[in-house]
Amino acid sequence: MKRLYLTLTAWLIFTLPAMAGIDEAINDITKPLAEVIVQIVFFKIPVFGAQLPLVVLWLVIGAVFFTIYMGFVNIRGFKHAIELVRGDYSDPNSKGEVSHFQALATAVSGTVGIGNIGGVAVAVTIGGPGATFWLIVAGFLGMSTKFVECTLGVKYRTENPDGSVSGGPMYYLSKGFADRGMPGFGSFMGTFYAIGIFIGALGIGNMFQSNQAYVQLNNVAGGSLDGYGWLVGLIMAAIVFSVIIGGIKSIARVTEKIVPFMAIFYCVFALIVIFMNFSAIPEAVANIFSGAMTGEGVKGGAIGALIIGFQRAVFSNEAGIGSASIAHSAVRTNEPVTEGYVSLLEPFIDTIIICTITALVIGTSQVADPNFAGNAKGIAMTSAAFERQLSWFPIPLAFAGVLFAFSTMISWSYYGLKGWTYLFGESNFGQTIYKLIFCAFVALGCIVQLGPILDISDALVFLICVPNILGLYFLAPIVRREMISYFARVKSGEIKKYKNI
Amino acid sequence: MAHSYLLAVDGSSGSQKAVEYAIAQAKLSGAEIVLAYVIEWSPYAFNTPEENADRHKRREEELERAKTLVVSPVATELREAGLTVTTEVQHGNTAKTLIEIALSHNVDQILVGRLGESGLKSLLFGSIAANLVQSSPLPVTVVP
Repeated sequence: MKRLYLTLTAWLIFTLPAMAGIDEAINDITKPLAEVIVQIVFFKIPVFGAQLPLVVLWLVIGAVFFTIYMGFVNIRGFKHAIELVRGDYSDPNSKGEVSHFQALATAVSGTVGIGNIGGVAVAVTIGGPGATFWLIVAGFLGMSTKFVECTLGVKYRTENPDGSVSGGPMYYLSKGFADRGMPGFGSFMGTFYAIGIFIGALGIGNMFQSNQAYVQLNNVAGGSLDGYGWLVGLIMAAIVFSVIIGGIKSIARVTEKIVPFMAIFYCVFALIVIFMNFSAIPEAVANIFSGAMTGEGVKGGAIGALIIGFQRAVFSNEAGIGSASIAHSAVRTNEPVTEGYVSLLEPFIDTIIICTITALVIGTSQVADPNFAGNAKGIAMTSAAFERQLSWFPIPLAFAGVLFAFSTMISWSYYGLKGWTYLFGESNFGQTIYKLIFCAFVALGCIVQLGPILDISDALVFLICVPNILGLYFLAPIVRREMISYFARVKSGEIKKYKNI
Repeated sequence: MAHSYLLAVDGSSGSQKAVEYAIAQAKLSGAEIVLAYVIEWSPYAFNTPEENADRHKRREEELERAKTLVVSPVATELREAGLTVTTEVQHGNTAKTLIEIALSHNVDQILVGRLGESGLKSLLFGSIAANLVQSSPLPVTVVP
């Protein structure tokens, strides 16, 4: 293991500076590639003058359908979800297993990434303030999609011979379709998904994260890291390497413990900034609503804002992509539906709370000073909004950004690994190969520019929602049946509370 | 049921003193012993996905290890002294879980040694024995 580590380090040290030199060349290569992939995945149809990517329509229709089909579980199940997370229904005999809270916390730290800080800025830049409204709507509808996919994740997970569990869309697609008499189609879909999540893990869960972390670090360093993307990338890759290959659990554990506090810290200071922009709040909120309806100044008007809002929301909360169900499926419960309820809190926390707060920080700053950010984009724009009021904030923000990026990378390395092991089996050698590839992409993310990276990772993530949501349609009746039966038993008292009696 | 004591152990030298004390007391009063060991665990911890996936396996291992390494030797010692023993191994917050076990077995009092904790940890969070004394609805004897 040690020799492997040294070899990899040596390889990275020698090749990365060279790669930095050919930064432009890499971008030149990725750019046409990105264009092709984006063209295919985001095949657009013109609607009222706006370009509507079919895949976004696919997600919206799915989320609306699940919300209605599950009887507005996103509203009606909300209280029950909180009771579950609080442990009100937890059997004392299951103490020591993964609790609902733990599964939610793990999934949330995978989804709360740099997208919550930088992605929202991207949405507002392209889609105007109205995109925020659609972002919230998407988060709200996404809660139902999450409910379905996480219930299925638990229901169809696989217990490995060593006692660990593997779950997620590839498992529910293959087993669920088999249950419905379509084993061949199921295994095709499972394989397709597994390939997609593996590649997506290298994009959204990897390159995008390390790229934005580098941008923010460079930003607070006043641009003195220009041209040192390879070095920052190398360091991040080395840390990720030490956790996922070196098995240095303590780093992961420390990160997982700090991230929730960073999220709270971020929200608190965001609220402070919003209130410091107090006089701008009414106009910023009004802009969100009027922008949503009129789409003023946005290409494609209201529909344009809607498309951007939905696109960013999915990128942030991952509802419809199915990734979180991999994390949720670790819970041990006799009622898979309970984990579905818990998981619907995830888009709520991620999108409706954190993304909205970020949007308001940017929105109120824009009202107060339309040119506050200059040419800054992405996370740099959010950072500028904070800096207007709290000059010292970009530094802790950079720290938070790096941590968010890091925890998201750790989570996604696992999601991608599950795709990989689904395809190639659980052999240790194969897993190490995957992890090495993952680390190389962490470094790569800091070298190539944001444009093509964002496009490719966006496209790949949207691509895997195609088999996932198709599977959800087929399997939704099973979830609905379980949900109705479960809720009846909760109402009748057959499923009882252990706490607060 | 006659007298019964809950005896909390953790395998440290402090808890061994409590074992000796419990034997002496139980022999005098003819009490039965509920022997308990708590594996510190919180439902509100933050884990990585990998840890969650392995959790069930780890839990079984932790229970097994606690039973064979800590609880069984003490149970044997108690039985050899002619006492009636029931054992309990659970995950949870140590003091809280000990009280829950004590109440569910209807014991008369809790016996505990100064469990093996580092100085800094007990300085920050208070020792388990002190937490027990503060929150237990039953008499607690702390064996020094």
